[in-house]
Amino acid sequence: MSEKDLTVEVLVVGGGLVGLTLGVALASAGLEVAVIDREPPGSQKAAPFDGRSSAIALGSQRVFEQIGLWQGMSWAAEAIQHIEITDGQIDRGASSLSMSYDFRDVGNVPMGWIVENRAIRLATHEKAARLSNLHHLAPHSLARLERNKRGVNAQLDDGRNLSASLVIGADGRNSQLRKEAGIKVAETDYHQNGIVCTVVHEKPHKGVAFEHFLPSGPFALLPLPDSEEGVHRSSLVWSEKRELADDYLALDNTGFAAELHRRFGQALGDFTVTDMRWSYPLSSLHAERYTDLRLALVGDSAHGMHPIAGQGLNLGLRDVAALAEVIVDARRAGLDIGSVQVLEDYARWRRFDNVLLLGAMDGLVKLFSNDLAPLRIARDLGLATVDKLPPVKRFFMKHAMGIVGDLPRLMRGESL
Amino acid sequence: MTMAKKIETTQELPLQDDAAGITVDPQEISKFAAMAEEWWDPLGKFKPLHQLNPVRICYIRDHLAKRHNRDITRNLPLEGLTILDIGCGGGLLSEPLTRLGAQVTSIDASHRNIEIARLHAEETGLVMDYRHMTAEDLVETGARFDAVINMEVIEHVADVEAYSSSCAALVKPGGVMFGSTLNRTTKSYLLAIVGAEYLLRWVPRGTHEWNKFLRPSEFVDLLRRNGLVTQDIMGMVYNPLRDKWFQDAKDLDVNYMLVAEKPL
Repeated sequence: MSEKDLTVEVLVVGGGLVGLTLGVALASAGLEVAVIDREPPGSQKAAPFDGRSSAIALGSQRVFEQIGLWQGMSWAAEAIQHIEITDGQIDRGASSLSMSYDFRDVGNVPMGWIVENRAIRLATHEKAARLSNLHHLAPHSLARLERNKRGVNAQLDDGRNLSASLVIGADGRNSQLRKEAGIKVAETDYHQNGIVCTVVHEKPHKGVAFEHFLPSGPFALLPLPDSEEGVHRSSLVWSEKRELADDYLALDNTGFAAELHRRFGQALGDFTVTDMRWSYPLSSLHAERYTDLRLALVGDSAHGMHPIAGQGLNLGLRDVAALAEVIVDARRAGLDIGSVQVLEDYARWRRFDNVLLLGAMDGLVKLFSNDLAPLRIARDLGLATVDKLPPVKRFFMKHAMGIVGDLPRLMRGESL
Repeated sequence: MTMAKKIETTQELPLQDDAAGITVDPQEISKFAAMAEEWWDPLGKFKPLHQLNPVRICYIRDHLAKRHNRDITRNLPLEGLTILDIGCGGGLLSEPLTRLGAQVTSIDASHRNIEIARLHAEETGLVMDYRHMTAEDLVETGARFDAVINMEVIEHVADVEAYSSSCAALVKPGGVMFGSTLNRTTKSYLLAIVGAEYLLRWVPRGTHEWNKFLRPSEFVDLLRRNGLVTQDIMGMVYNPLRDKWFQDAKDLDVNYMLVAEKPL
C-alpha cells in the first residue's frame, strides 16, 4: 500500500454537476468522500466546454442552498417570474390559445432559476476545494474497480488504491459502472438534436421563460442575467429534426438569427448570436435498476431525458438529495452505508418518481412534436383548459418546481 | 398500515448450551460462520429485524444524545456512555451502537448467538464485549450501565417479574432503560400472529404467544414497580410503499418502544 492510498466512505465516479454536488452534500455532512473526475478542473470552468444552462427548480435551489453551493452561483442565476407556453408553426407566430404560469399563482417564490452550467461548476469546484474531507481527484479515471460483500476496492490511473464502503455511478449516460454491473437500459431516440447557445436580444426579458411548441420540437428561450455591460441575454434550447439541426448550426450568425426570428417573432426585439453554438442528440434513457452490490447510480447514468421541461438536472438533484439522506441517516445510526438495505431504500424512493416523470415527458414530446391538425386543436384546447383550471395548474406548477411528493429533507429546505 | 414483525434471538435458536466456558470445535465454527452470514443478511431470514433496526437505533441514540447533550450530526455521539444490550442475538443493535461511540456490553442466553456475534465482529473489525450470560448473572457481578436495552425480549421471558427486576437493577441511578415489545390488541393478534407468522411467514410460526404481549400500561406499571419512571412511549409502524418502518407516537397498537429513567 503506497502512502497516497486512500480510504474513504463513499467513492463517486464522475465529477459532473450531479456527481460533484453529491460529493459536496456528503462531505458537508461529515463523510470522507472521493470524487473521480476525468476532466482537468480548469477546462470545465471555461465557457466552450459546455454552452448549456440549466433550469433550477425551486426544490433543486433548496438543495444547493442547504449544502452551501447556492451563494457561489446566485450571481449567475436569473429567476423565472413567468412561463409563457405556446403552440405554433414557423412563420405564423404563437397560437392564440396559450398557457402561462406565474409564480404568484403558487406563492411568493420564483418557480425556478436559469443558471449557466459553468457557474454551477465553478461553485461546486470552489466548494469542493474547501472541504478537507472531499478528495476531488482530477483529472483522473479508474483503472480498476472491484465490488464485493465487504466493500469497494478501486485503482486510479496513477496506480493509487482506493477503498470505500460504497461506489456511486455518476458517470453519465454511457456509464461504465452501469455497464459493468450488467444493468440494462431502455432507450428512446427522439431523432432530434438540441441546439443550444446564448442569444443576445434588444429588449429585456423581464424574467419570462418562453416555451414555444413547434412541429419539429420545442423551442425555448430561458432568461439569463444581463451581462456586465448590461446586455440582455437568454439561453436558447431548440429541438430540431436531426437532419436539419446540423444545417442550421452551420449557418452564419445573421442567417442563424433569422431562423430564430422565424420561430420566435420579435417579442424580444432583434437577436444577435455568436458562433458559440452546440448541438446534442436527444434521447431518453432509463436504467432497469438503480443499484447493484455496493453501487448506486445517480443522474444521467440512471435516467436521461428529453430537455423539454428542463427536468434532467432537477431529477439528478432529486437523486442526490434522496441518496445523500439515506446514506447520512444510515451512517448516523452506525449502520453499513453500502448495505443492500440502504441502497434499496434509495432505489424504491426514486424509481417511482422518475418513471412517472419520464413517461409524462415522453408523451409530451410525442404530442407536441407533430403537425396533425386534430392533435394541434386538441393540444391547443388542452393547454387552454389547463390554463382555465387553477387547481390543476397549481399542481403542475408545483410539480415542475419540484416541491410535491415524498420529498427528501434537502428539497424541503431542511439540513441533512 | 401497521404490521408486526418479530424475530426472536433466544427462541429462534434453541437453548442447548450450558456453561459459558464451553469449547467449540472447528466444524462448529464454520457452522457459526454460515449462521452469522444469515443473521447479517438484510434480505435473509432476519429481514424484518434489519428493517426495524434503524428505527430502534435512532430512538436510543436520540434519547441518549438529548440526555447527555450530544450532537447526533457529529461523529461518535455516544462516546463514553456504557450500554448493556440484553438478548443481543447476532449483534444487530450492539455493533451500530459501538460505531456511534458507546461502550457496549452484550449478553445473550444462547451460547450460539454469542459465537455468531463474535464471529461477525471479527469480520467488521469492531472490538466488542459479547458474553454468554443472563441478566440475573450480570446483576451478581455488580455491573451497572448508563443505558440498558431490553428490546424484543420480554415477550419471550418465562418469569417476567424476576427478569424485569434484574434488568432494572442493571441501570445506574440516573440512567435509563429502553424497552420494546408488542401490544396485546386485536390488531396485534391479526398482524403479528395471523399476518406475520401465518400469512406472510415473516417469522416462524410459534415465534410469539399473543397472551405474553404487554399493553403499554402494563409495561409502564411493571417498570414503575421496579423503580423506573417511563418518560416516553413511541409506536413503530410499517409503511409498505417505502417498505420501511417509521416512528409514530400516535400508533401503539402493535409494535412500540419506550424509555424509562431510574431517578438518582
